Amino acid sequence: MNNVNWRLLTTHLVLILGMLFMSLPVWVAFATSTHSAETILREGLQLWPGAHFVETYRQVLFVEGGVMKSVLGTTMLKNSLILGIGFAIGKVIISMLAAYAIVYFRFRLASFLFWVIFMTLLLPLEVRIIPSYEVVSSLGLLDTHVGLIVPLIASATGTFFFRQFFRSVPDELLEAAKLDGATAWQFFKDILVPLSRTMIAAILIIMFVVGWNQYLWPLIMTTKEENYTLVIGIKQIYQILAEGGELPQYQKAFALTILATLPPVLVVLVFQNWFVKGLVESEK
Amino acid sequence: MASLELKNVQKTYPNGAIAVRGVDMEIDHGEFIVFVGPSGCGKSTLLRMVAGLEKITEGEILIQDKVVNDVTPADRDVAMVFQNYALYPHMTVRGNMSYGLKNRGFAKDEINKKVEDAAAMLRIGDFLDRQPNQLSGGQRQRVAMGRAIVREPKVFLFDEPLSNLDAKLRVQMRIEIKRLQRRMDVTSIYVTHDQTEAMTLADRLAVINDGRVEQMGAPMELYSNPATLFVASFIGSPQINLLPVKLSGQSLVSGDLSIDGFQDLPADKELVLGLRPDHLSLSADQAGSSNSALKIRVDIVEQHGADNVIYGELIGAGSSMDGEPVEFCVKTGQANIPDIESILDLHFDVADAMVFLKETGSRLK
Amino acid sequence: MKRVQFEHSSIPYLFVAPQIIIIVVFFLWPAAQAIHQSFLLEDAFGLSTQFVWFRNYKDTILSTAWLQAAGFTLIFSALVTFLSLGLALLLAVKANEVIRGARTYKTTLMWAYAIAPPVAGLMGNLMFNPIIGDLYKFLNAIGWDFDHKLDAFDASFVVVLIAVWKQVSVNFIFFLSGLQGIPHSVQEAATMDCRSPTRRFWTITFPLLAPTTFFLMVINITYAFFETFGIIDTTTRGAPGGATNTLVFKVFQDGFRGADLGGSSAQSVVLMLIVLALTVLQFRFIERKVHY
Repeated sequence: MNNVNWRLLTTHLVLILGMLFMSLPVWVAFATSTHSAETILREGLQLWPGAHFVETYRQVLFVEGGVMKSVLGTTMLKNSLILGIGFAIGKVIISMLAAYAIVYFRFRLASFLFWVIFMTLLLPLEVRIIPSYEVVSSLGLLDTHVGLIVPLIASATGTFFFRQFFRSVPDELLEAAKLDGATAWQFFKDILVPLSRTMIAAILIIMFVVGWNQYLWPLIMTTKEENYTLVIGIKQIYQILAEGGELPQYQKAFALTILATLPPVLVVLVFQNWFVKGLVESEK
Repeated sequence: MASLELKNVQKTYPNGAIAVRGVDMEIDHGEFIVFVGPSGCGKSTLLRMVAGLEKITEGEILIQDKVVNDVTPADRDVAMVFQNYALYPHMTVRGNMSYGLKNRGFAKDEINKKVEDAAAMLRIGDFLDRQPNQLSGGQRQRVAMGRAIVREPKVFLFDEPLSNLDAKLRVQMRIEIKRLQRRMDVTSIYVTHDQTEAMTLADRLAVINDGRVEQMGAPMELYSNPATLFVASFIGSPQINLLPVKLSGQSLVSGDLSIDGFQDLPADKELVLGLRPDHLSLSADQAGSSNSALKIRVDIVEQHGADNVIYGELIGAGSSMDGEPVEFCVKTGQANIPDIESILDLHFDVADAMVFLKETGSRLK
Repeated sequence: MKRVQFEHSSIPYLFVAPQIIIIVVFFLWPAAQAIHQSFLLEDAFGLSTQFVWFRNYKDTILSTAWLQAAGFTLIFSALVTFLSLGLALLLAVKANEVIRGARTYKTTLMWAYAIAPPVAGLMGNLMFNPIIGDLYKFLNAIGWDFDHKLDAFDASFVVVLIAVWKQVSVNFIFFLSGLQGIPHSVQEAATMDCRSPTRRFWTITFPLLAPTTFFLMVINITYAFFETFGIIDTTTRGAPGGATNTLVFKVFQDGFRGADLGGSSAQSVVLMLIVLALTVLQFRFIERKVHY
């Protein structure tokens, strides 16, 4: 074999090892989730799917007490979807509106308000977690969808993303629209929003994943089991396993992991091109 | 009645930059006016002020005798064709053309009729349901014009509309724009930096330099009778030949050269002699009462087909305006193909020669 | 800045209002609260509070527990950043080279982006479970006396591994798009000027990737500081003995579990300063990118 072929071979080898490193844990989690608790306890993790797929997932999704004390997997799935979708849509709406004002209007407080929005980058949730909890709790929003979603959507990332995009829209479009007699609202609705379709799709995908994967905020915000998202359910199951018990239900823990992983992964895979575009563009 | 009037229009940007320094002009109904000048001269700013896209710092703009300084662009009843076309990329051709009418509250049938008429006139009827990105550059250009036409505006504005097209298409569209404008009989202002475009399109053209109108008039008037050195050198291709000189008796002197036959010029000022390439000839009999003080050493011969352009260094001359050796060019018939390095006598009629004051650029003769 | 804008007195305020209101209520107000509380001392029953200047800072920041967490966070961040960037760069360069299977490689290497840190944490936790975890057994079988419940090094190993695993895909996506952004003509010119592919990489490709790398470094440090909370919380939870406490995890622990509001707030304020520093760093980078 000559040099070029050796090089190609090592390249593929490195990539295959990388693929295994990234995918094997998830595969093992899935394979193990389809075995019975006894098998897992006896033999450890599994590399190939077993016969208990339907039973385990039915227990986790539909049976009361199957995985949590009372809440069903489907309820958690629903809560996760609400959080992911609500977060994505809310974020797109408020950040598009704000970016539109900042880019397309001349007004006195424009730069001041821009800095206020910028400030959110300096204040991630982690540094203001306890007072944020107090604010939400004093507004009576604990355990509500509003209290869960609204405080998360105001950060600057989406606004910056759309600001960047709006600035790249040729000036002449606004000028042409002005000559065509469009008002500020018409320009936004008839031209800017349709023009941003791909950008909106890209940011919706990313924000769905980000919303779905929220952990710290729902963790302190939700006190009732019926409001758990799948990601928070993970935390509970960890606790159950840690506390021990007669026969640790590892297969259910793995099943819940897979359920918490599947929707965002599917979204990323199906909309891969938009997702990559949105991710790379949003960080510019 | 003037269709459009500018009175001492000025533009100063908030950062202090002055774009337009007081422009006055009156434009009659149906006239095709071209603003021409180098980039950054303020011609686009002036156009955008007429459109209402740029605020007027001082002065007045009147459309059909009404001051429009504070009228919004949409209410001025003007339409504009942009350099990059500015088509709405997500709308079909039909959508692009009807958007302005829709916003003005026209009925659906009427919009359709207007759009289809305009499309037929521009020969884009087949593309009405396509999106801009499915069209060629020339087609997009037509859509941009169609969008302006359907509105039946009082004034048409063109902001370098052909500069994104290739050379061949540019010539073709130029003719079409001219034809269309004549047919629609709409007052038009057209901005360009291309003097050929300006010369061929304009009823009258305004040469703009540093925020001022240097001269305004019919194309041929500006060509044969430029008011300033700037106009003389901006209009005409190939460019006018320029030679810095001083008056000595009745002769203009540069280096070892002395050119006779000039009177009534200031003796103590630096002057510039201007000779158009087509006013120079290689033989005495072609140039009326001939002066033959000039000789060039041939450097390059460009063959354009119908005629040739010969470039060469002016022998014995001092230095040019930029301090380099003076180069002259001559336009001659296609039969004249002199050898490189050969020396040619140039003949011209003193009546064709122009003389400018170097300091101010103003024309003396 | 747009050449032409709308001029309206009220409409723009209407458009920014939703975001600004949320920011004031849920960002600025709580942040101000955190700063305020960091100067207060509450008695054990929360009945009275007292303004104590910088005592909370002195008590918490100078405590061995905080210093230990700070030390761990630094090492942890450095390791996670370095390892996940290195691994992602290697994979991106290789994925950019191949033609056959490129799409498959790309997809399988990036999809882990969608996995939440706590989910990754739980998965890792189960892999290292002493009863069923094959990794646990494997490490012990090859002679490493591995026990992440008791040994600080082993526990750190687990959280670093999971944190790196979770972050590789983001870095991979950015590196790959950075590589694809390098013009073909530049690569071809380099091929003519330099025979060794390795040398070509370090002298041409890597310098051209510098803006991406620098940007990713800031992103990764931020990730290691803040977003790994979910990983720590589902694996070691700071054990053994606080050896794997990150600063953020400690704020949470002290505030919610320990109910030490003043101390926790003081730690929050210190974290704000760290974010500020990271942001300044990022902005200086953006300035430099302009020159590039």
